[in-house]
Amino acid sequence: MTLPTLAVEATGLVKTFGDQRAVDGIDLHVTAGTVYGVLGPNGAGKTTVIRMLATLLKLDGGSARIFGHDVVKEPQIVRQLIGVTGQYASVDETLSATENLMIFARLLGYSGSAARKKSAELLEEFGLTEASRKPLKNFSGGMRRRLDLAASLLASPPLIFLDEPTTGLDPRTRLQMWDTVRRLVAGGSTVLLTTQYLDEADQLADRIAVIDLGKVVAEGTADELKASVGTSSLHVTLTNEADLDEATRALARVLGSTPVVSGVRLTAPLTDADRVADLLIDLRTAGIHLTEFSVSKPSLDEVFLALTGHGVENDDSSEDQKEIAA
Amino acid sequence: MTTAALAPTRELKNHVSLIDTVRQSLTMARRGLLKIKRTPEQLFDVTLQPIIFTLLFTYIFGGAISGDVASYLPYFIPGILVQTVITTSLVTGVQLREDMGKGVFDRFRSLPIARIAPLAGALLADVVRYAIATVLTFAMGILIGYRPGGGVLGVLAASVLVIGTAWALSWIFAFFGVIARTASSVQGISLLILFPLTFLSNIFVPVDTLPDWLKFIVSINPVSYLVTAARDLSNTGGVGIEVVWAILGALIVVLIFAPLTVRAYMRRT
Repeated sequence: MTLPTLAVEATGLVKTFGDQRAVDGIDLHVTAGTVYGVLGPNGAGKTTVIRMLATLLKLDGGSARIFGHDVVKEPQIVRQLIGVTGQYASVDETLSATENLMIFARLLGYSGSAARKKSAELLEEFGLTEASRKPLKNFSGGMRRRLDLAASLLASPPLIFLDEPTTGLDPRTRLQMWDTVRRLVAGGSTVLLTTQYLDEADQLADRIAVIDLGKVVAEGTADELKASVGTSSLHVTLTNEADLDEATRALARVLGSTPVVSGVRLTAPLTDADRVADLLIDLRTAGIHLTEFSVSKPSLDEVFLALTGHGVENDDSSEDQKEIAA
Repeated sequence: MTTAALAPTRELKNHVSLIDTVRQSLTMARRGLLKIKRTPEQLFDVTLQPIIFTLLFTYIFGGAISGDVASYLPYFIPGILVQTVITTSLVTGVQLREDMGKGVFDRFRSLPIARIAPLAGALLADVVRYAIATVLTFAMGILIGYRPGGGVLGVLAASVLVIGTAWALSWIFAFFGVIARTASSVQGISLLILFPLTFLSNIFVPVDTLPDWLKFIVSINPVSYLVTAARDLSNTGGVGIEVVWAILGALIVVLIFAPLTVRAYMRRT
């Protein structure tokens, strides 16, 4: 059987919780065999999108197809094509790693011995063999995530959803998770992952959709997105407020774009690092004194600032809570 | 990697066959048993309640109702058996609610399995709890002097009838478990139903001591039929018409509440 080239084809997805439109007309097209990143802050609607595509939440509008199968009309077929690893590990706390995998494998139709073999294989692959007999209560966050991912791979699904796979993980475990995702794709899987981290999307995803307040605000490859934001940004803090106008003009002239001013701090996108020297010389010549000077890579904050005109609201409450209540 | 995801080899189907449904339910039941094994404290209620209730009520009511404890036992033990096991089936709903709140139910929902399997499995595993409560209630009764006239067979038949009915009733509590938001609200609603259902019956006192209006209520309470059936079976080994009513009642409950519960469960997704 050959699968269609589009792993995910979603048009006009809508989900409302009460009077809040958590997902407000999202289109997604994910080509089979690629990693697709959905980037956005907490509460942007990332988890809701995944849950709708994974048949876990009803669609309030729009339609979605997984390898050509409608999530509403053919949910059981869709479930045979996907693996879901949620933000919160969906494994049984009281059972051991082996017991967890055995149960999922049996549910998926493996015979007893095949289930045992497959479980052992996956535990080995995810470095969990040593701890396989212990109850999960003693597992670290990273081990739980790995087990969760292993459980999603039992049926070798062609499409894998990873909802914030590295949130809350230490840097080393995070890199391991990245390696795993790369291996999955090398093996022919399609991965749709959500993340809050620009560098994660940058490292892993072939294409990225930036979503905010339930809408796609930008879509493209990592390079395209970065080009739209500026690869880095420059921050200058002035000693003297009186210099503000002149400094603003200097930055605009040398860097080619008008800086954002907040108090005596100026921030401007920096596309060409060589210009920094020119700018410093200009500022010195004009007699403008600085208390601070720095260059930083674009953060999600800046991507958002550039794409939406507002910063990341650190409000991680509303969407998650409503989802649990729903 | 070995999990290299290729096109699925099995045939894609949008429905689950009956055989698969049964197999998946049994797997889920095995999960329930594993959980009981791992957290034996879950069994506190089914071990302590039969011991305490049987002792307590026998000695409190025995003299007042039947003149002495020994003559109250044949009347009361089958009654308290029904009361204890049905109360245990309430816990099924509470635990289902707790279980469903955990992340692992998200995975069950995302698997291509029959929607009824996680529910049926949980309810099936709890039959073990009812069996423990039943054995302990009879053991306690025998310890304080109850000699069932129906013999081993009669006691066994009564046990199977009570356990089966409790399983049927657990679908009602499972329904509350699925629609309620918290485990404590499940307990709240269920107790509201359970109290009148068990106390407005012939579990504790003979019906002819009651005023007429109450007698009427008790006589239409399905629990009374179950109690009478269990009494006949364990005390005389006799199979009365009440056995038929009890089984019929249990069947009707399952036929109504199993589909309702599964529908509510699916709507939550």
